[in-house]
Amino acid sequence: MGTPGKVGIVFVSHSAGIADGLVQLARQMAPTATLFAAGGTDDGRIGTSFDLVTAGIAEADSGSGVVVLCDLGSAILTAETALDFLDDESRDRVRIVDAPLVEGGVAAAVAAESGDALDRVVAAAESARWAAGDGEPTGATVVGANAGGTTDTAAPQPAASGYTRSIRLVNSDGLHARPAAELVKLASTFPQKVTVNGTDAKSLLGIMSLGLTKGAQVDITSKDLSGREAVDALAALAESGFGEA
Amino acid sequence: MGLDITWAVDWVRRSAQVISEHRVALITLDREIGDGDHGENMDRGFQAVLPKLDDLAAGSTPGDVLKLVATTLISTVGGAAGPLYGTAYLKAAAAAGSAVSLDGPAVAAILRAARDGVVARGKAESGDKTMIDAWTPAVEAADAAAAAGTDSAGVLDAAAEAAEAGALATEPLVARKGRASYLGERSAGHRDPGAESSALLLRAAAESAAASAGA
Repeated sequence: MGTPGKVGIVFVSHSAGIADGLVQLARQMAPTATLFAAGGTDDGRIGTSFDLVTAGIAEADSGSGVVVLCDLGSAILTAETALDFLDDESRDRVRIVDAPLVEGGVAAAVAAESGDALDRVVAAAESARWAAGDGEPTGATVVGANAGGTTDTAAPQPAASGYTRSIRLVNSDGLHARPAAELVKLASTFPQKVTVNGTDAKSLLGIMSLGLTKGAQVDITSKDLSGREAVDALAALAESGFGEA
Repeated sequence: MGLDITWAVDWVRRSAQVISEHRVALITLDREIGDGDHGENMDRGFQAVLPKLDDLAAGSTPGDVLKLVATTLISTVGGAAGPLYGTAYLKAAAAAGSAVSLDGPAVAAILRAARDGVVARGKAESGDKTMIDAWTPAVEAADAAAAAGTDSAGVLDAAAEAAEAGALATEPLVARKGRASYLGERSAGHRDPGAESSALLLRAAAESAAASAGA
């Protein structure tokens, strides 16, 4: 059974290797979250298994709900069919979320780990859709595209209408794991696109892959002034040290 | 004359046989525009149903057989065909209810329920190059035949013929749903394997009906 009071997550993939790997990846940042891999068929081939998905949902559900993330089309069909066979009460708290499997899965796992309610975990997974460029203006040649951690933020050319705050990371872990997740969660509450050293602030894996450690310079940028509030909020969070020493 | 449990069991056996015979052909079709597992998956699914037919309780109805096929396909077919066909048979079973004998209008209603189930599950429309392109003409032909007073065997024959034409007509289409849609324009020129297996299964249903009518 899942952890009481916490949302469980089921990863449905055609490949057992992908589903298992995803649990391992998410586990790094969500060590105690209830995560189940439902990858491959019952007999270990490529495909999806109704029985594995059904069992995963049952195992993951502590009563607080389950988020199901799927890879290709037939994984979604299998998950939807599994939901059809649940009783109404259980089905109401199981959500199949249309989100990128890796980014959405890690974001959901972090939210579940923090004890977020079902709707918040769903939103965390869905935030990865934005990060993946879905529906977002992507032309974003980011202000300060020369960023990448360098210090020259003084006069990036298209900066006329942009807004940037440059700060230095003070917390011990830098922008990794939970601090990265907190930053991404906060960024996702704003509609505007904000970047951190040129990387989308709503992309958890993007932020983590910057590898920003304590003392690193961080440029938080919105390409237009409407994102000022978002930039200030993210800068304030980073300057606060994320509650770490 | 209506179709009863004998027809339903015979249909499953014929289905298993025809899918087995066309296993390689379905694999070849699927390899051209999909992931190449359709023939193998469908064969595994129907072979898994066969031994369960012997365990059917006395007094079982056609609806019970359809439900048995549904749950077995859902559990044993690893690809999209599992949930899609599983849903089709499940909705068909619900439409059949506890009737012990199915007349022409009942058969047409079952086919419609099955088609609607596939549409609801897969969200495909006519012309998307999917099994719907076999099912929708089959449902329309079955409705027309039933309305004209044709018996259940005749309704299935009309459905099978329309499904075969529908499957053939998927060849020039560009796929808009399923794995083949990733191929875009390159999916044109190949018959959709799901439409093909649908036509095979409906033809098997018609043959079983003709056989039980002649018996």
